[in-house]
Amino acid sequence: MALPAPLVAELTELVKKYPEKRAGLIPALHRCQEELDGWLTPETLEEVAAFFELEPVEVYGVASFYPMFNLRPVGRHVIGVCHNISCDLRGAQEVVRQVCELTGAPVGGTSPDGKFSVRTLECQGACASAPMFDLDGVYHEDLDSAKVAEILGGLS
Amino acid sequence: MIPGGELYLLRRGELKESHTLAVARKDGAYSVLEAVLKEGRDPAAVTAEVKDSGLRGRGGAGFPTGLKWTFMPDPEKDKRSRYLAVNADESEPGTCKDRVLLREDPHGLIEGCLLAAYAMRLDAVYVYVRGEYRLPYQRMQAAIDEARAAGLVGERILGSDFSCEVHMHKGAGAYICGEETGMMESLEGKRGHPRPKPPFPAGFGLWGQPTTVNNVESIFNVPFIVERGAAWFRGMGTEASPGNFLCGISGHVERPGVYEVPLGINAKTILQEYAGGVWKGRALKAWIPGGSSTGLLPGELIDTPMDHDSIKAAGSMFGTGAMIILDETACTVRASQVIARFYDHESCGQCSQCREGTQWLSEIFTRLETGRGTAADIDNLERLARNMAPGKTICALADAAAIPTLAVVRHFRDELLAHVEAGGCPLESRPSESRAGEEVPA
Repeated sequence: MALPAPLVAELTELVKKYPEKRAGLIPALHRCQEELDGWLTPETLEEVAAFFELEPVEVYGVASFYPMFNLRPVGRHVIGVCHNISCDLRGAQEVVRQVCELTGAPVGGTSPDGKFSVRTLECQGACASAPMFDLDGVYHEDLDSAKVAEILGGLS
Repeated sequence: MIPGGELYLLRRGELKESHTLAVARKDGAYSVLEAVLKEGRDPAAVTAEVKDSGLRGRGGAGFPTGLKWTFMPDPEKDKRSRYLAVNADESEPGTCKDRVLLREDPHGLIEGCLLAAYAMRLDAVYVYVRGEYRLPYQRMQAAIDEARAAGLVGERILGSDFSCEVHMHKGAGAYICGEETGMMESLEGKRGHPRPKPPFPAGFGLWGQPTTVNNVESIFNVPFIVERGAAWFRGMGTEASPGNFLCGISGHVERPGVYEVPLGINAKTILQEYAGGVWKGRALKAWIPGGSSTGLLPGELIDTPMDHDSIKAAGSMFGTGAMIILDETACTVRASQVIARFYDHESCGQCSQCREGTQWLSEIFTRLETGRGTAADIDNLERLARNMAPGKTICALADAAAIPTLAVVRHFRDELLAHVEAGGCPLESRPSESRAGEEVPA
């Protein structure tokens, strides 16, 4: 399946800010992941490789290096709980436990209904407002159990 | 609250809608650039001012910013393209300061980029922001767009002969891309594998062209130094570490936050006066002065000035100035386990000392914390760390894992031993787990 035409047009524009086309690869993978089901399918990686005139394995090698790229399907909502030192000191383990309990998803997995994926993340740079999680690309900070329940309860 | 100083780094960011061009310009944004262009100031004079100010890089290494700029080749003799890569890949655990500047005062950073570009006679600036910082990225991109529309970025800025593009670039969650050559590889669309040095970026940087890499906060200081002069800047901080810095303080404190303070301020003052002291009325057990790669220090050493030389003399490093506070109930083995897991996760895998060493450090701290450790493991930690660093690998990630390991063995050997004797963490009951936050395969 070819990349949608508007996305190709966007990527064509994107690579113009670099002297070499390949420099646009990581931002391009971001855009594909955002637009196409939240993960990078093997077909998408091949399409991206064709766009950049690279071997698919080169693109896979890059995509698999970076933790933000999903190479497997994810749930409708993706929750990443920071569990590094500043968050750990302020109860990140309890946040992880509560998020897994409320969503029915294990750490590193997806809930049986396909609604939630939960993962632990290394430092997100929100150390002074710990603990925190990233929900679908938005930071939620200074979490406590009431706040976690409220945020997750409001999701459809 | 600042002894003998003033707020300048965070001041504008506290205004309402400070990220918009209208508010920022009314507050004086781009006035320094305008003055420099109007006067047609000698670019070398701008570099000299930054060099004389003694500004030290705020990204962790503390290298003098102005001196770094002078490493760029003479553009009259070397006709290649020239770049600045701004390091906004803030990922060192505890460090959360650049996020504030990107989000609240993007125009301040853009003006800094343009002045740096003017001084070093660059063609373009790339701001490499970690992918998770979506709002800061959007704010920066919107600010660049507004500035370009106002003739402040792009061709013939403010009608002068000076042209410079500022581009945003998004990373994708790898700590190693905060290492300057790892960042350049990543910006070129590759895995973030640091390059062997030499050659250094000033000679062979982005796309093989002369490149300078500076931290966000370092560049953010530039307009103030150019406007008010090196002497003004040296009026704050210490002789060897002038200026103010952004101190992110996190962990077991009443008021975690990002505070602007002069270098050389006592760490105890930051903890007590700014962060409201150790939380819940508890005593201080240990603290990390500058992010997770700087060795933790016992609580008794909190009475130490926060500057590069003083923290070094106390046995640690200033790093990014990100203080992490551990109260009397905290476990330094648990903290070490979490930190070791981080470096294991983030090692790029090129060098065996780092790839294998970080994994072993993580395993051994986990063994100790979960009751499977032996007394020999403590010696193993030390032996491993000494075989990983210093200077044994392409970049300093191995050092970043080894340094906190040696620090905990040095200062908290008794607590490590107590874990061996108690068959696990003697401090409090913790959820049983084989490894800290291990992911289950999907």
